[in-house]
Amino acid sequence: MLNGDIMERIEAIKKIAESLNDELVICNIGFPSRELYYVKDSPTHFYMLGSMGMASSIGLGLALSQKRKVVVFDGDGSVLMNMGTLVTIFSQNPENYILVVFDNQCYGSTGSQCTYTTEVDLHQIAKSVGFKNTFVFEEEIKFKEVLESKGPVFVHMKVKPGNADVPVIDMEPEEIKERFMEEVKRNP
Amino acid sequence: MDSSETVYKALKGAGIDFVVSLPCVNLGKVMELVDCDKDIIHVPVTREEEGFGICAGAFLGGKNPAILMQNSGLGNSVNVLASLYELYRMPVLMVMSHRGTEGEFMGAQIPMGKATPGVLDALNIAYINPKTHEEALKVIPEAWILSKTALAPIGILLEIPFWK
Repeated sequence: MLNGDIMERIEAIKKIAESLNDELVICNIGFPSRELYYVKDSPTHFYMLGSMGMASSIGLGLALSQKRKVVVFDGDGSVLMNMGTLVTIFSQNPENYILVVFDNQCYGSTGSQCTYTTEVDLHQIAKSVGFKNTFVFEEEIKFKEVLESKGPVFVHMKVKPGNADVPVIDMEPEEIKERFMEEVKRNP
Repeated sequence: MDSSETVYKALKGAGIDFVVSLPCVNLGKVMELVDCDKDIIHVPVTREEEGFGICAGAFLGGKNPAILMQNSGLGNSVNVLASLYELYRMPVLMVMSHRGTEGEFMGAQIPMGKATPGVLDALNIAYINPKTHEEALKVIPEAWILSKTALAPIGILLEIPFWK
């Protein structure tokens, strides 16, 4: 059961995004990207518009390819869709990789159908895969501690179901990609 | 030079510096050669779709990525190829052992072997089918240049006779 005092996802996204400076962010498809774009836009953000499940894997490839810290904003449904990649992330052991899973126990962008995280605990799964540095946040977020931890880090961020009333992202996919790649090149 | 050494040499000639892989009986030695190369980041993966996600991240990070896979994994990867690679226009070199082709000993490989060119066509992914070592050494580096220029994935289908 979700605790009654937990945050809206947009509030959690805002708090974490405000604590980031130079870190690169890969943000999951659907409302999470729209909410991040609404609360804070930056050339360090890569917004996904398709390929559900791939955020964690894209972040891994990016973390292995350059030195900057990579923060992935993922969701419970997406992690369940590509759970094998948790094993790859752990085995590749990227020190500059942080996976934040906003878990609202539902497929929020398609009408809030339940996911199996109502039954299983993603934090326990990450720990049993072998992740050494893991965090669970409900009512408050201590993201400074996360940023100071050696990766790969797994953050289980429990949030309320539901989406904020925010507009779609008014950038073309190629524009998102090119701006992001320029930013990566600026300081690899 | 055997087939595996040829493929490895062609990847080096193309400037590939990031490889994700899933094994196939034909790809084992190429994977070993890649794994021993200090200038290539090698990431074995659990599923081809995940591999394409990782390659996309590597491209965003400035690398020249390739995937070593069996053609059966193409079926696992259709959505990521469409809604990530085509949507954002990203390149990747897809080196596929094409099972279910002439000389296949396992009947179970034949349906996906037959479907493979059609799936690539449906995704508008260009592919080349080098028959000889000389041809592979020439076209694999050229294919990567084309992929990077066109900002689209490109397939290299290596059928069973190529590996003999």
